[in-house]
Amino acid sequence: MSSPDTATAVRPARRLTIARAIAEAIGQEMERDPDVLVMGEDIAKLGGVFGTTTGLLDRFGPERVRDTPISETAFIGAAVGLAAAGMRPVVELMFVDFFGVCMDAIYNLAAKQSYFSGGQVTCPMVLMTSVGGGYGDAGQHSQALYATFGHLPGLKVVIPSNAHDAKGLMLAAIRDPNPVIFMYHKALQGMGWLGTVQRSITDAPEGDYVVPLGKAKCVREGEDITVVSLGLSVHQALDAAGRLANEDVSVEVIDLISIAPLDRETVRASVRRTGRLLVVDDDYLSYGVGAEIIASVCEASIPLLVPPQRIAFPDIPVPFTPVMEHFVLPNADKVTAAVRQMMRISN
Amino acid sequence: MSGASNASDRLWMYATMVKSRHFEALIKPAYFEGKSPVFNMAKGPLPGEMHLSDGQEPCAVGVCAHLRPGDTVTATHRPHHVAIAKGVDLGAMAAEIFGKASGLSGGRGGHMHLFDARVNFACSGIIAQGLGPAVGAALASKLRGDDTVAIAFLGEGAANQGAFHEALNLASVWKVPAVFVIEDNAYGISVSKRDCTAVERNADRAAAYAMPGHFVAGNDADAVHAIAGAAIARARRGEGPSLIEIETCRLEGHFMGDAEGYRPEGEVQRLKASDPIPAYRARLLTDGFEAADLDRAETDARAAVDAAFAFARAAAYPDPEEAFAHVFA
Ligand SMILES: Cc1ncc(C[n+]2csc(CCOP(=O)(O)OP(=O)(O)O)c2C)c(N)n1
Repeated sequence: MSSPDTATAVRPARRLTIARAIAEAIGQEMERDPDVLVMGEDIAKLGGVFGTTTGLLDRFGPERVRDTPISETAFIGAAVGLAAAGMRPVVELMFVDFFGVCMDAIYNLAAKQSYFSGGQVTCPMVLMTSVGGGYGDAGQHSQALYATFGHLPGLKVVIPSNAHDAKGLMLAAIRDPNPVIFMYHKALQGMGWLGTVQRSITDAPEGDYVVPLGKAKCVREGEDITVVSLGLSVHQALDAAGRLANEDVSVEVIDLISIAPLDRETVRASVRRTGRLLVVDDDYLSYGVGAEIIASVCEASIPLLVPPQRIAFPDIPVPFTPVMEHFVLPNADKVTAAVRQMMRISN
Repeated sequence: MSGASNASDRLWMYATMVKSRHFEALIKPAYFEGKSPVFNMAKGPLPGEMHLSDGQEPCAVGVCAHLRPGDTVTATHRPHHVAIAKGVDLGAMAAEIFGKASGLSGGRGGHMHLFDARVNFACSGIIAQGLGPAVGAALASKLRGDDTVAIAFLGEGAANQGAFHEALNLASVWKVPAVFVIEDNAYGISVSKRDCTAVERNADRAAAYAMPGHFVAGNDADAVHAIAGAAIARARRGEGPSLIEIETCRLEGHFMGDAEGYRPEGEVQRLKASDPIPAYRARLLTDGFEAADLDRAETDARAAVDAAFAFARAAAYPDPEEAFAHVFA
């Protein structure tokens, strides 16, 4: 019985930052499922250093939204125990660089629970964390470490590049029976103090929807070259693709979204059409996502017009001073130059 | 507690506290250069997180007054007051924070990763990460038979981390000359000690590791000096490690830009009213120090910091290619 007026009225787009999208997803799932709870350092009163749990304490109270001591081994281990007991903990450890202090709980406990129990006990937990540099916070607060976690069997690892995907991924991650490392890039978080890539702030449905774990997306179609990216590098690839369009180079951009499981087929299908592959990744170069993507394409005997290439962070700790950090970080200029070179276009 | 420390130590402690406070006073406007009106951590001459230690100066000076360059100190993500008290090169430290080539590590480490091997000082940004290395330095001194000591500074929040408990046990089992110094500023970022620590006083935890535990009330340099002096002397004599917890306060936010919504109303004003530096000056005057001597010490301390900042500002940025140097020795 909707009147023609309301039916045709365009609802103004509701634009969310990734931080807001994550907090909304967790809140929505806490409403739906009483077994969901959140814990971590500074997630209650402060609402998360990166805004991922804003407002949840007020809505759900301190039993379900718990500030923890700086006791990562204990609270991440406890999350595994909660999960084994049938709860669905969402845990935050604010920087991926801090994971060393509690790695055992992550890669020996959480990641192996299902396997060692022969499937009797699952580990439905989400461990969220920030990744990435570019803001002068030096080598213990700027790493990406995607490959480190992607390498570990039993963990799912996702990294959204925009708010729409962040919300749907978080809902999927909480419902997943496995441990999911949910990485969000600081430069996309929509926290003003970190600077923000505007394109990451998107419309996101208010209701329930999932973005499936393990599925990549083609975010820009093109004919000449496939650029595979994740997190922040999706935006660098899109910026480069925009510039290259003016030079009559048609760039296809794939957003991996998930590196474990890795959607090799979407990448292969694209490269089969374009014949050229460039991977952009702000994690360390060696043994990284780029290597895995390139191997996946080569293993499928896909004919390539030029050798595949990768742009990544070099194999050095992240330096503090911006003159060094910005020299080594991937960016749209480097992507543009690499594509030109692969298309044999001189600068 | 006055009288426990001698006059020259007390004058040094005062001057060093002033130096540290002035260092941070110069950081504040420099940090916001290029970051206002819209605060963006990456912008300006001092990018990245910046953790100030205003209010915690008594902890650093009371301990470091007993130290020599050969003693080791490991500090935390909030390192300036400790670095200055340990005698880290002021100009190179300022230059490091500005990301300059003449900085302690040529701009690679920045504010949370200050290393000065000349005085055996290091710090880092992972909570409780400095404790293990302090135990190692203390073991080296024991094995070599010298009388150096190693001090690990940590926050009260860090005392809940596994590394704290493991390091204390190891130090005690090995009976090494280490002293663990907890700066209890009541908060780990937004989480108050009350809400996250099972014991009222971390000093009590020393009992679990069969070492002496001391609590120093009042954020008072003389009181810290007395207790730290005894613990350090004990370590130098080969009698093993100690734990000291110092009641202190953080006059600023966790990092610059922190809105501090987790603080109770009026807390900062109350803390500022009991600022340990003017209180210490008043005490020294009561104890017979000459105002002129204190003024001169202050002037010299400020001048040293001003010179360090002038050096840092004028210094050149490194060649970007230098990013690849020193990954391996
Ligand atoms: C292993 C680890 N976990 C978490 C953090 C994030 N973090 C940085 S400072 C801080 C609070 C530290 O509190 P405290 O030890 O009391 O020192 P304070 O900041 O009060 O000086 C936290 C949780 C970190 N740096 N390392």
